[in-house]
Amino acid sequence: MTLDELPRGQRAVVTALDLRGGERRRLMDLGLLPGAAIRADMTSPLGDPTAYEVRGALVVLRRGQARTVHVEQAGTGEG
Amino acid sequence: MGTPLPTPGVGPSPDHSGGACASCALSPASSRLGLDPGRYDHVVALAGNPNTGKSTVFNALTGLRQHVGNWAGKTVARAEGGFSYGGAGYRIVDLPGTYSLLSTSTDEDVARDVLLFGRPDVVVVVVDATRLERNLPLVLQIRQITGRVVVALNLVDEARRHGITVDTRHLTRELGVPVVATAARRGEGLPDLLAAIAQVATADDPPAPLRLVHRDPALERAVAELAAQVEARFPGVPNSRWVALRLLEGDAGIEEAVRTGTLGDLAEVDGTAPLHAVSDPQERSA
Amino acid sequence: MTDLLDEAARLRRGLSGDASHDLGDRIVESLYTDAARIAATSVDRDDARAKLTVDRALDRVLTHRVWGFVAMGVLFFGVFWFTIAGAAVPSDLLYQLLVENGHGWLRGLFEAVGAPWWVTGLLVDGVYLATAWVIAVMLPPMAIFFPLFTLLEDFGYLPRVAFNLDRLFARSGAHGKQALTMMMGYGCNAAGVTATRIIDSRRERLIAIITNNFSICNGRWPTLILMGTIFVGAVVPPALAGVVAAGSVVAVVIVGIGVTLAVSWLLSRTVLRGESSVYTLELPPYRPPQVLRTLYTSIIDRTLKVLRRAVLMAAPAGAVIWLVGNVHLGDASVAAHLVTALNPVGWVIGLNGVILLAYLVAVPANEIIIPTIVMLTLTLGANTLGAAPGVMLELGDDAQIGSVLVGVGGWTLLTAVNLMLFTLLHNPCSTTVLTIWHETRSVRWTTVATLLPLGLGFAVCALTALIWRLVV
Repeated sequence: MTLDELPRGQRAVVTALDLRGGERRRLMDLGLLPGAAIRADMTSPLGDPTAYEVRGALVVLRRGQARTVHVEQAGTGEG
Repeated sequence: MGTPLPTPGVGPSPDHSGGACASCALSPASSRLGLDPGRYDHVVALAGNPNTGKSTVFNALTGLRQHVGNWAGKTVARAEGGFSYGGAGYRIVDLPGTYSLLSTSTDEDVARDVLLFGRPDVVVVVVDATRLERNLPLVLQIRQITGRVVVALNLVDEARRHGITVDTRHLTRELGVPVVATAARRGEGLPDLLAAIAQVATADDPPAPLRLVHRDPALERAVAELAAQVEARFPGVPNSRWVALRLLEGDAGIEEAVRTGTLGDLAEVDGTAPLHAVSDPQERSA
Repeated sequence: MTDLLDEAARLRRGLSGDASHDLGDRIVESLYTDAARIAATSVDRDDARAKLTVDRALDRVLTHRVWGFVAMGVLFFGVFWFTIAGAAVPSDLLYQLLVENGHGWLRGLFEAVGAPWWVTGLLVDGVYLATAWVIAVMLPPMAIFFPLFTLLEDFGYLPRVAFNLDRLFARSGAHGKQALTMMMGYGCNAAGVTATRIIDSRRERLIAIITNNFSICNGRWPTLILMGTIFVGAVVPPALAGVVAAGSVVAVVIVGIGVTLAVSWLLSRTVLRGESSVYTLELPPYRPPQVLRTLYTSIIDRTLKVLRRAVLMAAPAGAVIWLVGNVHLGDASVAAHLVTALNPVGWVIGLNGVILLAYLVAVPANEIIIPTIVMLTLTLGANTLGAAPGVMLELGDDAQIGSVLVGVGGWTLLTAVNLMLFTLLHNPCSTTVLTIWHETRSVRWTTVATLLPLGLGFAVCALTALIWRLVV
């Protein structure tokens, strides 16, 4: 699945990035690398973008960007 | 740990043709980047991720002695100031807050260029103690460029509130440079930070740049081979492996530095940083 | 030296696969692997959850689909209210000190040393009075607005606003951080334009620069508030006057936000087409702001710098005001000739020649619009109040200004409404224009940023006037 499909509050692990060049590098600088644990934290009141928790920080991605991040869903909840 | 870095701040500069004209020794790159220490003895660069309290550390160190302008030719704000400690004057330059030095933005270009070509005596990297994992990649990247680093582990008060403790002694061992816990907002840890800065600024034998061992043997061979050529071309370049890695990656900024010979500015001065030719060596050897 | 680059290229090809791409990934990955290992062995988390939930709870409220917007409204209304209400008393004090007392004292001094009338007029009635007026009107609100804004910034709230509003900007083809530069613009457009540096992409940055003028700056608030109070509030029963007056000002602000989004949308689909850049906003943890430090830096860094520029602009403008009012060509002053020439255009857009001339004179600083209008109206109308020509009248009282504008200037509700619209939609002040040029280094984009709002202002005002005259 891709990151935009990850329900709020759910955890997943990044498997791949469908991006190239500067945009790819920028997401990687934010810690979004294959293997990184990620959690959908909250969605903007207007429905987009969504803030994800990665390596202890809250990173905001628009839906189009989240679609380029492939993830594998892990367990649920905050535990 | 490999060859020691050139040791600025020790001994007079080698004879540069004129001798009388001290400021002639300033390399064009350094003066362009504005790291000329002027009447100060040492130059400190302040780096760090955004939102780490970097500007609080800057304000705490400089007090009212600060000035805000722009980096030459760039619309990136540049703050600098001064402070004195232990009888020596320090000029401190606040670099733009960045997550990385891998050049995806103007901010990162500025920070990278200053660290590489400006060759500050000390780089203070401010990190957020509550988000260490997110902050360490920048520290590691800077450590690959230079060993003259002090890590200010900032926001430890916030970390305490969140039940987070960081083992600074372990971190010091891992990074090979001083790590000082600070809460700049409250002035906590600043005396230790100043002492660490002074110690690194006057160190004759700072740690070598971090040599990241690449798990991939093919990459390791390529880096080693290219680094040897970089050193052959620009003898005395202090971080040839880092330069080699950037070249392998096709980093436009570093390619440009090779093409124009700016990279040679690092090497030409042969062991004495060009920035220091102006100040009196007597003052600094203390 | 290029052989080194060739060598690098050769070695790069030798690495497996799509090397340059993989290589970058591998380097970043190895950095993060090391970082994760070092962090794992150095950090000890205790009851990490317990405290972080405070941040989370705050975020739940501040980004809630209802409460998020309520909180945003309350916070920003609060900042504006504090600015307007808090500035009133110090502004009055400065006004009394600099304009009422200072002006009389200085005039007396000039007369005592026997300075020629035109020297006294030009320097005291022109330059000094304009400068004093700008300081009295601008300094208190800026000294309140900038620190308050910086406190919100330090607290970590502004990125949440960008997060809440991002979709609106995304749909307009603009950058999410444009919400932040807009907010700076409500203080000062020059500061807002400088703040667009936080936007990396040139295309989106230009959009943010061009539309920043639709955020009403400090210099323009007084005009809006005055017009709302004297004319719009007067339409309804006195009990409702305050609310309606404030409502009319808020309405102009909302129109401004609408225009910002519409113009952004238009630009991003025409001359500034392109991809939306990757939006790397991070929501930092909330932090207690440092109040004293903030007060100091925002007063020094922002307030005094902006004020200094405003004063540098106001001084020459004061000289111009005095000159056009006092230099005569034939049977009338230069001002009278200009107003006569501008009147037809003024009528079409529901304003008048005096207002247009005032906007020409007040290009350097918007805050002198109202004083200039009043002065010109008095000079050119019947000299009923017995003011010396070319003196910016010292009118402390709103009602007095209102009676001058209606009685001598012939203003109607349409004039006031259109002046409010024109206050929102006209060229940026010269300080902002200069800043735009400085930031873009492009004559073309500076021209666009200057003329586009002006054209829009003429169109909107003409349309309003046309409809008004057909209906009323």
